[in-house]
Amino acid sequence: MADFEVPELKETLEIPKYVDGAMAHSSPYIAKAEFQEDLGFPGELVENWQQVALDKMTDLRTRYRSFQVFLDICVKCGACTDKCHYYIGTSDPKNMPVARQDLLRKVYRRYFTFAGKYFPKLVGAVDLTKDVLDEWYSYYHQCSQCRRCSVFCPYGIDTAEISMAAREILDSVGVGQKYCNEILGKVFKIGNNLGLPQPALADTLEGLEEEVEDDTGVPVKFPLDQKGAEILLVTPSADFFAEPHVDGLIGYAKVFHEAGASWTMSSYASEAGNFGMFIGSYETMQRAALRIRKAAIDLGVKRIVFGECGHAWRVAYAFLNTLAGPFDFLDPRYPVPQHICEYTYDLIQQGKLKFDKSENDHMTLTFHDSCNVARATRMGDKPGGQLDIPRAVIKAVCNNYVDMPVDTIGESTFCCGGGGGLLTDDLMEIRVKGALPRMQALKTATDEGGVTHMAAICAICKSQFTKVIPYYGFTMDQIVSVHQLVSEAIILTGAPGDDEPDSDNEDSSDNE
Amino acid sequence: MSIEVNGKTLETDEEGYLANLNDWEPEVANVMAALEDTELNENHWEVINFLREYYEEYQIAPAVRVLTKAIGKKLGKEKGNSKYLYELFPYGPGKQACKYAGLPKPTGCV
Repeated sequence: MADFEVPELKETLEIPKYVDGAMAHSSPYIAKAEFQEDLGFPGELVENWQQVALDKMTDLRTRYRSFQVFLDICVKCGACTDKCHYYIGTSDPKNMPVARQDLLRKVYRRYFTFAGKYFPKLVGAVDLTKDVLDEWYSYYHQCSQCRRCSVFCPYGIDTAEISMAAREILDSVGVGQKYCNEILGKVFKIGNNLGLPQPALADTLEGLEEEVEDDTGVPVKFPLDQKGAEILLVTPSADFFAEPHVDGLIGYAKVFHEAGASWTMSSYASEAGNFGMFIGSYETMQRAALRIRKAAIDLGVKRIVFGECGHAWRVAYAFLNTLAGPFDFLDPRYPVPQHICEYTYDLIQQGKLKFDKSENDHMTLTFHDSCNVARATRMGDKPGGQLDIPRAVIKAVCNNYVDMPVDTIGESTFCCGGGGGLLTDDLMEIRVKGALPRMQALKTATDEGGVTHMAAICAICKSQFTKVIPYYGFTMDQIVSVHQLVSEAIILTGAPGDDEPDSDNEDSSDNE
Repeated sequence: MSIEVNGKTLETDEEGYLANLNDWEPEVANVMAALEDTELNENHWEVINFLREYYEEYQIAPAVRVLTKAIGKKLGKEKGNSKYLYELFPYGPGKQACKYAGLPKPTGCV
């Protein structure tokens, strides 16, 4: 099945002894000149690349105080060394977060610190050679920017920021990653990561309307580019295209239908994901985010809701206002923007949705916290809402729910192994190996809690898991969308057979 | 990279997808399948032909539900699902079938 060794699932997760250079061969395809140039980067390695790289490093240190601080404050305590899923899965010591940071830090020291300039050997400082550049390209594409290490670092050093900076430096000298940069080009040309043009999108949504009506007897709509709608739904384009993502999209549509909401999607901003974050380019991230602002203004909406997408929610929750604000034209009574899980949860709290939870009785669910949602955002008005609300939604629609081991969920969640721009076939080895800790946790939940399915709220997590879990003896249909579960259980008004009393719904608080 | 088809050398990208869509002819699919130890039967061809028709109209491969629905109509309802498509194209109907059909690889979070 694979031309590399797939790690073995054991009784518990073991931290491996390091193997020097175990993943030194891993390196994703390089972006072609046309894709580089579309984003304003040089098409290929520039002649004076060393100077350009050092200048970029200085530019980033000046712009982001955090980056400068992270380069300076590491004390090599070792707390992060066994925390990265890529280290655990590959045994390569350069996948220890501190070592990954040091790839950049050792060059920073050489050129920008007194000790490094005059006594480089004493402080581990090295010259910026082509070998060093190649090593950056390899190992900064073995980091999914999941930030698990930063939770355990006593100084709070965020390796994701170092990794983003490194990729920005690589782009600035003309060495970009094919997967991310090609996708960003499609967002700017067509509107989404897939390159799904408006007519194809309209055709796909029409097909879904037919499917849902055939299935339920209720004409649930999937509106596109509808001016004057109240809510703009921005969702990852994978929701239109892939499974189990599309079942989540059907769930959102059913929820909007039952709420009687006026909503629309946009063909111009038909992508929630923002790969500008993965490549560390503020300008690119902003350019992508501004499409959402423009769509909201053009359609005249009052609210923006984001679908199930991990890093989209980070960009939306943490950066959208800075990148593309102010959003003073939206209704201030609602969060700007709002997550689809918050939206559904609110309706559940108000007793506006009815469910037949037995529709999901053939499954025992667990929930995979997506790294960007769990560690970089919030939902609702309480700390930890980003962890509690998706679970509350699942529990409102499913009778059987079991969490995975506590040190693998919540803010300690393990990445799926495919985040941060690594979800590409040319990185399959690191993807499979990086999934090891999550797979181990899923096995524990399966063995001890009888878990049959794992739900996620991120397009990357869903695609990554469906692809890699067969390597570990699971099957791809064990991965589900959270709103797919909602979709299965929701009782649509007017559906044939919807006349029995809603006695089994504990959340309903009918007082009419 | 390249492949040899009917005596012609056709350029491909790193992952074996045709560099120029217009280079495609049915033998391309057979050659690519043979490289992956697959022999194409008429069911494979139903999928490949549908992908090409859809691409011609929409400049993108069909979404999985569009594809399963179309195949269900052509080959019978019991085959209109992704499980069946994965049996035909174990590397993933989206990617493997697109490659044989000469279409670009679907990108993004898929």
